[in-house]
Amino acid sequence: MTAVAGAARRLTAFFRARPLARLFAVLGAPLTWLVVVYLGSLALLVASAFFKLDEFTGKSNGQLTFSNISAVVTKSAYRSLMLRSVLIAAAVTVLCLVIALPVAFYISRLASRWTKRGLIVAMLLPLWSGYLVKVYALRAMFEPGSEFGSGGFLKSVVGWSPGFGYVAVIFTLTYLWFPYMLLPVYAGLERLPNSLLDASSDLGAGSARTFWSVIMPMLIPSIAAGSIFTFALSLGDYITVKVVGGTAQMIGNIIERVLLAPNQPLAAAFTLWPVGIMLVYLAAMARLGAFKNL
Amino acid sequence: MQVSRTSRISLRMATYGVLVAMYLPLVLVVVLSFNSSNSFSWPPRKFTTRWWSTILDVESARHALLTSIKLATLAVLIAVVLGSLLAFALQNFSFYGKNTVSFLAVLPIALPGIVTGVAMRNTFMRFGWDLGLVSVVAGHATFCIVIAYNNVAARLRRMAPNVAEASSDLGATGWQTFRYVTWPLMSGSVVAGGILAFALSFDEVVVTTFTAGSGVETLPQWILNNFSRPNVLPYVTVVATVVMAISLPLAWLAQRLSDGAESLAGR
Repeated sequence: MTAVAGAARRLTAFFRARPLARLFAVLGAPLTWLVVVYLGSLALLVASAFFKLDEFTGKSNGQLTFSNISAVVTKSAYRSLMLRSVLIAAAVTVLCLVIALPVAFYISRLASRWTKRGLIVAMLLPLWSGYLVKVYALRAMFEPGSEFGSGGFLKSVVGWSPGFGYVAVIFTLTYLWFPYMLLPVYAGLERLPNSLLDASSDLGAGSARTFWSVIMPMLIPSIAAGSIFTFALSLGDYITVKVVGGTAQMIGNIIERVLLAPNQPLAAAFTLWPVGIMLVYLAAMARLGAFKNL
Repeated sequence: MQVSRTSRISLRMATYGVLVAMYLPLVLVVVLSFNSSNSFSWPPRKFTTRWWSTILDVESARHALLTSIKLATLAVLIAVVLGSLLAFALQNFSFYGKNTVSFLAVLPIALPGIVTGVAMRNTFMRFGWDLGLVSVVAGHATFCIVIAYNNVAARLRRMAPNVAEASSDLGATGWQTFRYVTWPLMSGSVVAGGILAFALSFDEVVVTTFTAGSGVETLPQWILNNFSRPNVLPYVTVVATVVMAISLPLAWLAQRLSDGAESLAGR
């Protein structure tokens, strides 16, 4: 026991005298994982996009080439696919925001203290009910029906269903990622002092004017933070597209198809699109103050 | 701010409307798991407990459940250790490149999952390592680190800095301060982060698909692989209900243990 205590004391003394060793002991393992395993893999992925395909193995054969990169950048079919994916992700983000604003406002400003926490937990819990569970649940909702069977819930009860296609994809992605927008917007509203809103109405602003000129500008960092998730998660999605998209296609679908073709170098080149788009998007959102609230 | 009665009522209706819309599809899945028909058509044909009573005979589903639990446990162990260390380092030390490191921690979730999946797969194949449980665990641990990190970091930020100072003023060594002061205050957030990381890993499908190779089938992959087989479809709704019955209480427990509902969106 005393030997252990002595060792512990010597260890403490060692680390007390050496702040750098202390830092390394704590930060070393996680930083190694993130840099070597994660960044290292990303770097290898970028590198592999510059190699020629070995037709036999589906992997690179070690010869340098720019043909993969130029194919994914210049072919107009690929370019319109990328544009479509970005537009879908943007539509999902806007839809999430439009739904999150009134809901967050109600929970933050109008709900009683007791219902508040219950409501926010109830809104966030579905995030944890399983991604595929939700995607299939929405497939069951949207099932348009055919001559062999009646339609799903929407078709039978409401009489209308978007069917399977881009509309269903946008609805489903909004359903999946909406809580990620709600939480930061709600937290942003919670931080807004009441006196600010009172001052605005004392100075004669109506509620619409207060909303646009006082609330919205202060919510921008929160919205930017939430949009990172709604945008990124939608941009790379390919399973939702497969399940409720019918013949719809997004970036993820072509990456999967090319990878399993197998054409590893070309698939790597395709992933540079979402990586590049996300880096630009993250930089833009950082300028709007998104990371102050993450 | 004055809100008129009409807007108050319409905002309340909108909020509860959204809540209904969020839970309706989930309830639908549970209802369909008792439906005798093997399609998603509504209304259900006839009530049956057949799928529930025979689900354990579906060996592939049972096997997938075990794989998912094993995988999530391993990934969570790695992620909780690394994520807690990272949060501790970023809170207690100042060093050059600190902002870069905290940005690096959130990158695995800010980039689409398919990028992480393809990158990990590429690395394993490049070095000639087999895709299997190890590669899936590596992939899952990478995106689970953030969840553990976020939970612990949030707790450390809220902790009064003077308790640690008081401890060392009273003569405690650095280790004693950690063991008897800091750790008891942060342990709840470590557990909460672990639970949420487990739930996320249990549910993940994109990184899994690309890193699993052919030998590993998790529960979400089982759902994906069997959905298009009409005679297995009812079992998919049973499995989906089971997934919800496992994940939702876990998530609810995690937000009770941590500092608030915020942790539920902590990825």
